[in-house]
Amino acid sequence: MKILDKKVLAEREPRIVYLEVLAEEICKAFKPGQFVILMVSEVGERIPLTIVDKNLKNQSISLIFQEVGLTTKLLGRLNKGDGLYSLVGPLGNPAEIKNYGRVILVGGGVGIAEIFPLARAFKEEGNHLTTILGARNKDLLILEEDLRKMSDEFYITTDDGSYGRKGFTTDVLKELLESSESQGDRYKLIYAVGPIPMMKKVSEITQRFKIKTLVSLNALMVDGTGMCGCCRVSVGGEIKFCCVDGPEFEAHLIDWTELSLRNKIYEDKEKHICKLYKLVT
Amino acid sequence: MKGPVKIKELLPSERIRSFEEVALGYSEEGAQEEAKRCLQCKEPKCIQGCPVGIDIKKFIFEITQRDYKSAYLTIREKNNFPAICGRVCPAEYQCRKFCILNRNKDKPFASPEAINIHFLERFIGDWGIKNYQNLTFKIQNSKFKEKVAIVGSGPAGLCCAGELARQGVKVVVFEALHQLGGVLRYGIPPFRLPRPILDFEINYLKSMGVEFITNFIVGKTKPLSELEKDFSAIFLGLGAGTPSFLGIKGENLGNIYLANEFLTRINLMSAFKFPQFHTPINIGEKVVVIGGGNTAMDAARSSLRVQLGQGLKPDTTVIYRRTEVEMPARRLEIEHAKEEGVNFEFLVQPVEFIGDERGFVKKIRALKCKLGKPDSSGRRKPFPIEGSEFEIEADVVIIAIGLKANRVLTSATPQIQLDKSGDILVNPETMETSLKKVYAGGDIVGGEGTVISAMATAKKASQSILNLLSL
Repeated sequence: MKILDKKVLAEREPRIVYLEVLAEEICKAFKPGQFVILMVSEVGERIPLTIVDKNLKNQSISLIFQEVGLTTKLLGRLNKGDGLYSLVGPLGNPAEIKNYGRVILVGGGVGIAEIFPLARAFKEEGNHLTTILGARNKDLLILEEDLRKMSDEFYITTDDGSYGRKGFTTDVLKELLESSESQGDRYKLIYAVGPIPMMKKVSEITQRFKIKTLVSLNALMVDGTGMCGCCRVSVGGEIKFCCVDGPEFEAHLIDWTELSLRNKIYEDKEKHICKLYKLVT
Repeated sequence: MKGPVKIKELLPSERIRSFEEVALGYSEEGAQEEAKRCLQCKEPKCIQGCPVGIDIKKFIFEITQRDYKSAYLTIREKNNFPAICGRVCPAEYQCRKFCILNRNKDKPFASPEAINIHFLERFIGDWGIKNYQNLTFKIQNSKFKEKVAIVGSGPAGLCCAGELARQGVKVVVFEALHQLGGVLRYGIPPFRLPRPILDFEINYLKSMGVEFITNFIVGKTKPLSELEKDFSAIFLGLGAGTPSFLGIKGENLGNIYLANEFLTRINLMSAFKFPQFHTPINIGEKVVVIGGGNTAMDAARSSLRVQLGQGLKPDTTVIYRRTEVEMPARRLEIEHAKEEGVNFEFLVQPVEFIGDERGFVKKIRALKCKLGKPDSSGRRKPFPIEGSEFEIEADVVIIAIGLKANRVLTSATPQIQLDKSGDILVNPETMETSLKKVYAGGDIVGGEGTVISAMATAKKASQSILNLLSL
């Protein structure tokens, strides 16, 4: 649980931070799409984070997160040599990786970190890979070069137009799907990871084109082993647990409205504790 | 004949200001007086009511002789954790029900006249903790070179670990969470089971050489097949970790908790100390708990405490489909809940949750029920009355209607045979699963039960493991 390396990938707040963490067992068992649950300290929360990569030589895994809540802020304060209080995983089901043919990956914000292991795995299976990355601005864009190298086609959008095309990932997605439709060169899978509104929009677009679409959800969790039910989400009218049934689900079956409401259950408390924390530090 | 001796308890008004233990147990004189009420039956029936077969008559007699050490050893011969079981055993449904002094012939639980066996057990368990230094248990010099893996550190896992360690077997316990104890840690609140008691029992196992590994999920961190290579035998005490739902509309609205989540946030993550502890919990002005078991009582009583802790007027109501007699909870918990101010509404069945514009629950639509004939559980079955619909205001709802098998290990291990409800199939004689040298016990076998019944199956498995290793 010792931190072997740390890099700040995006300096502008909310910062995006990369950590390489010693995890002898987890690194051996990890498959793309899986996550860990960690605690920064004894008084901390248990939060889920997607595993971005493994390094078997170092017996480590790498994590990338944005400092959006108290726990991620505290995590971002740790340095090389520090230890986590607890780390468990790999949790969740591995992503459904196989040769689909033509695949589009859509990554938004810190969700790009989760796209990274998927891109490599899809490429290894011989898929034709189109990657669309989106960030609020140039400074918050991560892993651009790594993903560019793996992709057959590559697009970048920023909300403010400070880099790449001004606009949203979904704008590019829509155009690609429209032109492929007219050329009869269909995409077989769309995989999206990012903020809920982005994934919801992706789902709406691809539903029109009737293309299989998978998303990796980042629901609130406590134990991560199917025990508490905090991470429940409605998929095809059934209750599923993000931790043990997911985190990957068919986008078209998800009740997105419910999911976004459930992810805001503790918004007030989060704001409160972040404010308090600012006062004392 | 003297009446039953009461235990000391915190006053209800004091209790709900903290998570301190409510039942304070017997003084020595109290224990003496209660023990002397025991008739020392020639053919005692109480023992058959004990899932692990403690020689109840003997230990009570030893109490009357003030020979507490012998009483402690008598209990420990069958039960590794007297201080825990003395606190959480539903004795009125077990040993006390068979007590000759029990006057409730027509109810599923014993009347107050039955000897307070559990309180006496607790008295002795606590005596053992205090006098631990002076008690030496013979730990067999290890004739075993083999190692045994135990998956899960709840009641079954701890019990199996203790039984094996006593015989000198090297035991490694794997726990998924960051703390040990399973349901004893995340589920049962400290006002029923103070954490120092649990820590004592776990440290005791450590002193016997048991190794504990936390943050390790067998089936995820490592497959069971890997463990099979490294260990001579494996015991699975996975527990009933999957919560059940009502299956009605609106169940995923904000602030509708499953009891497991509500209790885990409080017990494991100390959310009642937010923001010193960082895990949040939402409490409301009107909390409704659905269910009639111990978990429902734990959730309701925890809710009162959190309400008060956050400056709200305690207002928590339990709604249950049947009536008080059919409630599966321990009678003491029901009494304690009432004394503390929990409201009860019986013969009520929720049919829908209604939310506000932000997606948080605000009301429950419910039907009144009447009781029919007894069902397969022997309890009278509730029937909703047509046209009896009404609404209950609630800004936090806690669903406590039972648990099913934990699926993490079994879904990652398709070769292990399960029954229809997802529990692990075992040979009831040996507790061996369909996988050779892999045993199971506790709630993952046969479904949700009590701490003591989990221990009973774990003990049986430990005996089979010892037999296996002795070959």
